[in-house]
Amino acid sequence: MNAIAEAETSQAAAWSVDPKDTVMDCRLQKIFYGDFLAVRNSIVPIEKNKITGFIGPSGCGKSTVLRSLNRMNDLIPIFRFEGSVTYHGQDIYDKSIDPVLVRRYIGMVFQQPNPFSMSIYDNVAFGLRLNRYKGNMDERVEKALRSAALWTEVKDKLKNSGLSLSGGQQQRLCIARAVATEPDVLLMDEPCSALDPIATRQVEELMLELKENYSVALVTHNMQQATRVADTTAFFSVDISQGGRTGYLVEMGETRQVFEDPQAQLTKEYVSGEFS
Amino acid sequence: MTGNISQAILEQDLASMPQLKGSVLEGRGLKSRIYTGITWLLAILAAFPLFSVLYMLIAKGGARINWETLTELPPSAFEVGGGIGPAIVGTGVMVGIGAAISIPIGILAAIYLAEIDPHTKLAHTARFLAKVLTGFPSILAGVFVYAALVVAMKSYSAWAGGIALAVLMLPTVILTAEEALKQVPQKMKDAAYGMGCTRAQVISKVTLPTGIPGVMTGVLLAVAGAAGESAPLLFTALFSTYFINGWEGLSEPTSSLSILIYNFSGMPYDNQIELAWTASLVLVLIILVFNILARVLGRQKF
Repeated sequence: MNAIAEAETSQAAAWSVDPKDTVMDCRLQKIFYGDFLAVRNSIVPIEKNKITGFIGPSGCGKSTVLRSLNRMNDLIPIFRFEGSVTYHGQDIYDKSIDPVLVRRYIGMVFQQPNPFSMSIYDNVAFGLRLNRYKGNMDERVEKALRSAALWTEVKDKLKNSGLSLSGGQQQRLCIARAVATEPDVLLMDEPCSALDPIATRQVEELMLELKENYSVALVTHNMQQATRVADTTAFFSVDISQGGRTGYLVEMGETRQVFEDPQAQLTKEYVSGEFS
Repeated sequence: MTGNISQAILEQDLASMPQLKGSVLEGRGLKSRIYTGITWLLAILAAFPLFSVLYMLIAKGGARINWETLTELPPSAFEVGGGIGPAIVGTGVMVGIGAAISIPIGILAAIYLAEIDPHTKLAHTARFLAKVLTGFPSILAGVFVYAALVVAMKSYSAWAGGIALAVLMLPTVILTAEEALKQVPQKMKDAAYGMGCTRAQVISKVTLPTGIPGVMTGVLLAVAGAAGESAPLLFTALFSTYFINGWEGLSEPTSSLSILIYNFSGMPYDNQIELAWTASLVLVLIILVFNILARVLGRQKF
């Protein structure tokens, strides 16, 4: 009973933004893994040229929601999505949509740096070659590496393996690889969790630069990171009242408001560090 | 005065210091040394047969290694000189046929097992059968191809020999290639999917190129193993004292190093026996080269 009431309040408190500022509008009703209800009732708009942070305790489904935005979850055979994600007027979960093509427009950076075992140059050129880009490849590779703040460090060793770089450099290489094809939206799934504080700082600064050209959705387990970089914050929590572990959106709003003046009791407890 | 006091403190400290100095003859240290010694000895013992075989082959066959031996036809009964040219070519050609058949089939099967459907009943069955096939007696591969091909073609041939070798190479190629492809980290494949690759593109652009050094190792070990096989060739290629003569020659009995060694070592003529030793050395060197290649190419380039 309590859970349903909570869900209704979360619906009522849904963060609404002007549709013309929204690049992706995720209105999910249910996400299942097999019979397991993983996430329910969450309306998460991703705003243009802003960083939308997803925070919440582990198991709250924030990564699942993020990975639904470019249909990465479709790689898991038992995954099922109910609801819609509107992107440029199309529902990416419509039957006619090819998930492979969705992923070409919505780039992704993963938790673990995962460059290919190829040269730095080939890593960045990968997506361009995949899209049969015919223009000046060198120029685009340089541009991508510059926008990932990696160019000066690697410009003399573009032929070296991407795996020879440090962890922080590898993650920036992955960002360069993702932005080389100039996607609309960049999904980042805890991109700093495997990095040391200095590399984290660099990646955070990079995110702030990237939002001028891209819309970023960022999952983070680090609340301070959300306050440092996110414009809008979505707080997810997990509902264990009915024996399951179902995640849902509790509150979404401007980062300042979510952290300084949270509307829901749960948000208040989470941002003050009462649970994590 | 102060000096005396600190001296006294020092002595007191020394008396209460934990005993950290070890002794060579003390129980545990001694045991450890003895065990280390035994493993050393056994390691040397394990390498001993290989080195004694190599020594013997070089001592007995090394003298005849020259251009004539490597290129000439084998001698007849009382002839002097001659060589093992046709056998080297025959082994090369038949191993080549075996590789040309088993490598593409093996790698495609490995892709299925590692990437496409690793957990289906078909995959489990295929993997199990490939494992059984690795322990398959090689002579049975010969008998099988004899019944299936030699009888139908009414002739021993290089084709039949190559196919018999392919049967023996296939499981090694499948299993090592599968292992190599499974080593490619999932996060790399996820990255490729995230870039908008189809499954075929993930396999061809990321999984295969990343796993290829390991695949090469398996392929070259299979080749090295096949080059030394004799039993399957006995029933399929038989033997010949002439070079393979063009494409038609592939359908005729064909010479190979291993069968030449078997034939010549049993002859009562010194010349033939010497050539058998030389052929053995050449065969071991060929196998060694493939093993070294497997190690060199097996290293990750990136």
